[in-house]
Amino acid sequence: MPVRVLVAKPGLDGHDRGAKLVARVLRDAGFEVIYLGIRQRPDTIAAVAVQEDVRIVGLSILSGAHVALTEKTVKALRAAGADNTLVVVGGTIPRRDVARLEAAGAAAVYPTGTPVEQLVDSLRRLSAIEAPR
Amino acid sequence: MDDSVRSEAGIPLRVSYGPESLPPPESIPPPGQFPFTRGNFVDGYRGRVWTIRQYSGFGTAEESNERYRYLLDQGVTGLSVAFDLPTQCGYDSDNPEVEEEVGRVGVALDTLADVEILFDRIPLDAISTSFTINGTAAIILAFYVAAAEKQGVDRAKLRGTIQNDILKEYVSRGTWIWPPRPSLRLIADTIEFCADEVPRFNAISVAGAHFRDAGANAAQEMAFTLMDGITYCDEVIARGRMTIDEFAPQVSFFFYTHGDFFEEIAKYRAGRRRWAHIVRERYGAKEDRSCMFRVGCVAGGASLYAPQAHNNIVRVAYEALASVLGGVQSMFTAAWDEPFALPSEDSATLALRTQQVLACETGVARVADPLGGSYYVEALTDEVEARVIEIMDDLERRGGMVRAVEEGHLHRLIADEAFRVQQAVASGEREIVGVNCFQTDEEPPEVEGYELDERGRARQLERLAAVKRSRSDVDVRATLDALDKAAAQDDVNLMPLLVDCAQAYCSVGEMVDVLKGQWGEFQQPAVF
Repeated sequence: MPVRVLVAKPGLDGHDRGAKLVARVLRDAGFEVIYLGIRQRPDTIAAVAVQEDVRIVGLSILSGAHVALTEKTVKALRAAGADNTLVVVGGTIPRRDVARLEAAGAAAVYPTGTPVEQLVDSLRRLSAIEAPR
Repeated sequence: MDDSVRSEAGIPLRVSYGPESLPPPESIPPPGQFPFTRGNFVDGYRGRVWTIRQYSGFGTAEESNERYRYLLDQGVTGLSVAFDLPTQCGYDSDNPEVEEEVGRVGVALDTLADVEILFDRIPLDAISTSFTINGTAAIILAFYVAAAEKQGVDRAKLRGTIQNDILKEYVSRGTWIWPPRPSLRLIADTIEFCADEVPRFNAISVAGAHFRDAGANAAQEMAFTLMDGITYCDEVIARGRMTIDEFAPQVSFFFYTHGDFFEEIAKYRAGRRRWAHIVRERYGAKEDRSCMFRVGCVAGGASLYAPQAHNNIVRVAYEALASVLGGVQSMFTAAWDEPFALPSEDSATLALRTQQVLACETGVARVADPLGGSYYVEALTDEVEARVIEIMDDLERRGGMVRAVEEGHLHRLIADEAFRVQQAVASGEREIVGVNCFQTDEEPPEVEGYELDERGRARQLERLAAVKRSRSDVDVRATLDALDKAAAQDDVNLMPLLVDCAQAYCSVGEMVDVLKGQWGEFQQPAVF
């Protein structure tokens, strides 16, 4: 069964080149990708993640609001009962914020400049870890 | 012919070009003559060097005002205002759904009170201000007019530009609010209003830049932008209140200059020629100045990379040179640390100095269109123009830009091109220094960047609350009601009503919500 990934942009930032590229790269790498698009509310992302039973939610954020938006999305996912869904975050993310994102519940962070092969490998490793039932 | 060597937009290139590549002399008359291939002005940059701007704005109006006054002291000749996303998308700073975005990628503006602070001690009759604002452009223009008049500056003296190009927002930048039809009406309102009352101000800056940054190549960028320009001009002309000569001089354009040096130069030359023909032939313009393609640009964006980030300084310098050789009227240069964060004061100043060195030291501004007549540049100009025409014809056949936007066709074209480039970089076919060749394992720099002062949002909320307490509720209600009634009709220009709202200290969110009530909201097709 291919691993299901939801790619979305929370908040108001509309720069979606990276999110769309990642969606295509992951699809070509064998993931089943649901692309939700820009300006998505955290609770919408959570609702779709639950409905589509995705393993990974990938957030792309270039506006600098990554910490708060990641916190909100993780909280919305937990509230929706998606306890086993992993959240990963990419975008314009200063290194000083990587630890803050991990503390907010991100399983992995991919700042600008992360090679796509590295991203694919990382998601494969993460999704190979058996979800606790 | 060996066509394995191609430009970034895919144009096959010969090993060298000769006299047979030159177009007939009548298509390249001297600078300052229709169709302006060689530039808009007889004297190139001798009369006036390009406007040197730096895009900036962050946090609150106080912080941005301080940065603007610093930049003016350093010699910028125009301001370029960056807004935060809530202001761009029509939400007030006190809306809990957008709290984390307040003051982040630009300045937060809620009411006229913020705009008064933003331009405090900046003489609005003496500088030109560019506003990167689209969905709420009409509202920001109303604020600017109202703020200027409070300074005692007549609106007729204001110089600058609102971006005001909603079509590309639907496709690639994302700060849309209302659906296309009413948005086009509001844009036409601003164009008419500026032609009548703010004659030195550009009512629109049709911006291909964001198509480009989202992945379009140079020919697509120019073609999509010219199609958008046509859509806006069609809208104004269809109302029957103005001729092309009355408003075309206030339509300007905006692009990214990326890395393919000669193709970028050719893009600007081809764009000038194409637009001149469109304005004269499609709309019957009588005056040459209506046919001029006035262009601002930015060097940087998606052409910058994170690995070995200092290399971006060099990239931006080459891109700035290409822009000037292409004959742009204004430019801003991105800072090298753009891939990581908002620029620091040091990196922003270095980006500004890059333009100043170009203007003052290299001598490139001494002679108009120094590359005119170059076999290669003229041939490439023709090639780019031919591709632009091809892409535009295809879009016309599909029913125009609004349809291409609504159907997601443009989204798909741009995503395809972005993916193609990504694969070319991944395979090494397109070489990027420090990314896929000459790599090192150096750590990314500890970028200091700009860290948002969290107290800024608190101050912003306090000010908004204070404005709401002190303004006249009667005036607020009356001006918003008048706006609501006028929006329900198609033939009323909304700009004077928005100025009334601004003067009554109505907030951005209040005005936007009234118009949403009449017009609804846009739903973007999610295509990847």
